[in-house]
Amino acid sequence: MLGLLPALAAAQGELRFCLRSEPKTFDPLKVEDDASVAVRYLTGGVLVRMNRQTQALEPELAQSWKVSKDGKQITFKLRSGISFSDGTPFSAEDVAYTVRQMMDPALHSPTGDAFRSGPGNVETKIISPTQISITFPASVAGLDRQFDQVAIVSAHSPKKEMAVLGPFMVAEYKSGASLLLKRNPNYWKTDAQGRKLPYLDSIKLDIQPNRDVEMLRFKRNELDLINSLDSEYFDKLATTAPQVVHDAGPSLDSEQMWFNEVAKAPLPPYKKAWFRSAAFRRAVSQAINRDDMARLVFRGHAQPAMGPFSPANKFWFDAKLKPIAYSPDAALKSLQSEGFRFENGTLKDKDGNPVVFSIITNSGNKYRERMATMIQDDLQKIGIHINVVTLDFPSLIERMTQSFDYEAILLGLTNVGLDPNEEMNVWLSSSENHQWNPKEPAPETTWEAEIDRLMRLQASSADPKKRKEAFDRVQEIVVEQSPFIFLVNRNALSAVAQDVQGAAPVILVPQTYWNVERISLK
Amino acid sequence: MTIWRGMACAVLVLVVCLSLFASWLAPDGYAKQYREVADAPPSATHWLGTDEIGRDRFARVLYGTRISLLLAPAAALLSTLMAALIGGLAGYVGGAWARIAMAITDLFLSLPWLFLLITVRALLPLNVSPLVSVLVTFLMLGLLGWTAAARVLCTTAGTLRGSDFVRQARASGISPTRLFWIHVAPNLKPVLYAQFWISIPVFILSEANLGILGLGVAEPMPSWGSLLRELEGLVSIGEQPWKFVSLLLLVIVVTSFQLVLSQEEAAA
Amino acid sequence: MLGQKIARHGITIVATVLIGALVSATLVRLAPGFDTDEAQLDPHLSSSSIEALRQSRLEQHNVLAFYVRSLKRATHGDLGTSISLGQPVSQLLKERVPLTIRLAGMGLLLSWAIVLALALTAAWLRLTAYDTLATMLSGTLLCMPAAVLALLSVLWNMPGALAIALIIFPRDFRFTRNLLAKAYALPHVLAARASGISESRILFRQVVPVVLPQLLALAGVSISLALGAAIPVEALCGLAGVGQLAWQAALARDLPLLVNITTLVTLVTLLANSSADVIGHMFGGQPS
Repeated sequence: MLGLLPALAAAQGELRFCLRSEPKTFDPLKVEDDASVAVRYLTGGVLVRMNRQTQALEPELAQSWKVSKDGKQITFKLRSGISFSDGTPFSAEDVAYTVRQMMDPALHSPTGDAFRSGPGNVETKIISPTQISITFPASVAGLDRQFDQVAIVSAHSPKKEMAVLGPFMVAEYKSGASLLLKRNPNYWKTDAQGRKLPYLDSIKLDIQPNRDVEMLRFKRNELDLINSLDSEYFDKLATTAPQVVHDAGPSLDSEQMWFNEVAKAPLPPYKKAWFRSAAFRRAVSQAINRDDMARLVFRGHAQPAMGPFSPANKFWFDAKLKPIAYSPDAALKSLQSEGFRFENGTLKDKDGNPVVFSIITNSGNKYRERMATMIQDDLQKIGIHINVVTLDFPSLIERMTQSFDYEAILLGLTNVGLDPNEEMNVWLSSSENHQWNPKEPAPETTWEAEIDRLMRLQASSADPKKRKEAFDRVQEIVVEQSPFIFLVNRNALSAVAQDVQGAAPVILVPQTYWNVERISLK
Repeated sequence: MTIWRGMACAVLVLVVCLSLFASWLAPDGYAKQYREVADAPPSATHWLGTDEIGRDRFARVLYGTRISLLLAPAAALLSTLMAALIGGLAGYVGGAWARIAMAITDLFLSLPWLFLLITVRALLPLNVSPLVSVLVTFLMLGLLGWTAAARVLCTTAGTLRGSDFVRQARASGISPTRLFWIHVAPNLKPVLYAQFWISIPVFILSEANLGILGLGVAEPMPSWGSLLRELEGLVSIGEQPWKFVSLLLLVIVVTSFQLVLSQEEAAA
Repeated sequence: MLGQKIARHGITIVATVLIGALVSATLVRLAPGFDTDEAQLDPHLSSSSIEALRQSRLEQHNVLAFYVRSLKRATHGDLGTSISLGQPVSQLLKERVPLTIRLAGMGLLLSWAIVLALALTAAWLRLTAYDTLATMLSGTLLCMPAAVLALLSVLWNMPGALAIALIIFPRDFRFTRNLLAKAYALPHVLAARASGISESRILFRQVVPVVLPQLLALAGVSISLALGAAIPVEALCGLAGVGQLAWQAALARDLPLLVNITTLVTLVTLLANSSADVIGHMFGGQPS
């Protein structure tokens, strides 16, 4: 009898899947962790929404919009007759309130930070209850697309951020266990036949960090989808139920390693000299077998990375980039031309120091641990000895951002959006997240100065062609200089139970439930 | 010697010999990656198959045995001696000293030692050799793993302190030190043997868990603990029983240790 | 006499809890990664937002000052706010403690039921084959990682308490078995057996009084083991207890939450062990 209950719940229209961690906040303006992003996507109403399948921007709460030529101003025409989940009417005042809150420096909203293109205040002008214009102090690249992440908050509702405009609303939250979202009775959207959306009655999100347990529950029909499936589980499910697994192809995410190029790092000078040499970095990159990594670690569900952006980012990826050839012989020759010597299986620099360094990665990620071990084996072939160290994440972050007490790091980059502007803080040499050498007072190399110039150029331009040209050049410089050694782009793998109708997994987050309002259960 | 004890001795000798002759039995070593036959089932070339990146599992089990079989018992011995000294002495002395010692023991049981271990890792250089890293790990385990037994030993020693034969011995004028070593300590053996026997597999497993903090063996060096971590992918390895070899080996060795020790336990 | 003993234990408990909370706060504060937050790796964040993240932990930099402030707040029932979850610590503990108590409590009861059943019959029967089998069972369970036992409990739809029982049982079994075997080998027990006294009488009149203090001490210690075992079991079985909370707090270096959890665990450990001491004393043979 008890075993039938999960099946009964599904029949009532409850979608069940897992969050990998506890959501830290339900305030859409303070969201930064993955679990909170998921909840925001499911409950938040936005002015415009990027269709995750076509990547085109579509009207949502805004019927139409216009961006000024200088990229500083956007005017929205809003739909009328819409209410929040608690019945409070929606109007331009709510949009103004949301923008003011978001841009409040005291709030430190990650969503707001994406709009901070220059000093000065943001101005909102309510033209009518259904029309508002927002003016930024400086041009914001891809201004309209950025509003895909801005969930509108009510200016008047006593429920504050819990009054929502999205298809679902938070009904029950059991800390550490689960989150229940119920259909928003006031959701404004209908389908082509005039039926109210969403089709589902509710969504049950269980908090389960362990992927083995998640897979087990999916196999037992206790879950309806796995949003980000491990490659070995993909293969296992593919043999027994191939119709439930989906490989949407290379995702936007990448795995990469980099060397510590911080001048004040507590490293011996000879190691700093290695790491700051582009020839050394390129040689290491050449000596790593990316094909084997994609084949063994990710079981073929990844492809060797070619540069900072995945080819899945069709518009922004620089098609002129070529795959980085695996060639330990060429790598060794290149190092020898830099004064390194290969003696008795050990590579030594021109001063006789054996090339030995450590590579750290976060523990608990079996893919990175295996990748690090494969890199260790690959580089051993050219006489470089690597010590693999796995650390808990806070310790790793501390070394990476505060003490700079590390030599090489293996981590990944999760790209939520397509626009290179979202990675401004990675490429600008003065930024905190310029990981190989953060917060440079002035660019320490000419190529970093050039990247700074190009990134600022593309950020201030409204012409997509000009922006693409500039960012293509950034990608080429990054590959030449290899401050990051890009390894693989993982495929976007997911699993969707057969009872689920309407799901069409894609590479953009959220992969499987991007069209949640049109998903139903048999 | 009973048949069981004889068999257990033979098993332990065999396991030790296999690990000592690892470089002869698996000449390619534990780190070589046969990437064309990764995650392969057992075969003539790879008796226990290969792992996800093509390393021979049989070689890794053999070499891992050296680390675990040598260091885990050493750490277990250390924790047992510390439990004996702290718990046993405290119970023997009694009074306020026993209370203070047990309060410290209870504190030790409750504190989040995870952070001490994280700090230890931070103090070690990143390029520390895998051997030093694993030595430090087992040393830390030995230094922190004595608390449970200390409590039981304190109670046992306290009970003995008040027993007739100890009172008689004291009345006969024997020195407190001699009294402790000759009359009290031998009666703590049942608890000490249990502590030693339990600590071996516990420390082997703990060493693997400490990999999360950057301690324990570093790649590519194997240990039983790191091999046992494969079992955490239980859902996917159900149809690959050869992956359970490391668990089977650990069970056999631990049980053999116990059967060998049981004679001493019986006599204690 | 008993009253004095209880009072002494009470003072020891209070002092130890206070010291324990300070020591644990110090350990957390000095551990690397204290000032970090995963969020600072988000490329969307501006420098000022990252700086604000760092500043949010400023009030915890001075451990002693933080500790004194926490104690003052605690006297008003305010246990602080969790940095990682953004919720009051008192609310979090109130929600989760009952589950952990139930889980660990059931696990302990089950474990001790198995321990006593196996150990008593082993000591009673004195059959080598039985003893060997029991040893192999406990040895096998001892060799299995706690995470694997927890996963098996999910796989086989077993209650989490059973997983905890299987984690604790082998440790308690060995001690108990050895203590009972030793007690059964004592001269007065052998003499009682030789004189034809019934086994149950021998057990309850001769053996139990000898081993009870040690068994109680072991029971006290196994409460700590149960709380430790709760961490992987709760995490894997998706149970929102204190164990799961402790692990999350450790990863996030959530000082307010960790200090309170440690205080709670220390208190429970001390109460359990002190109770074991007091009860053991009542039955005789305890250090005074």
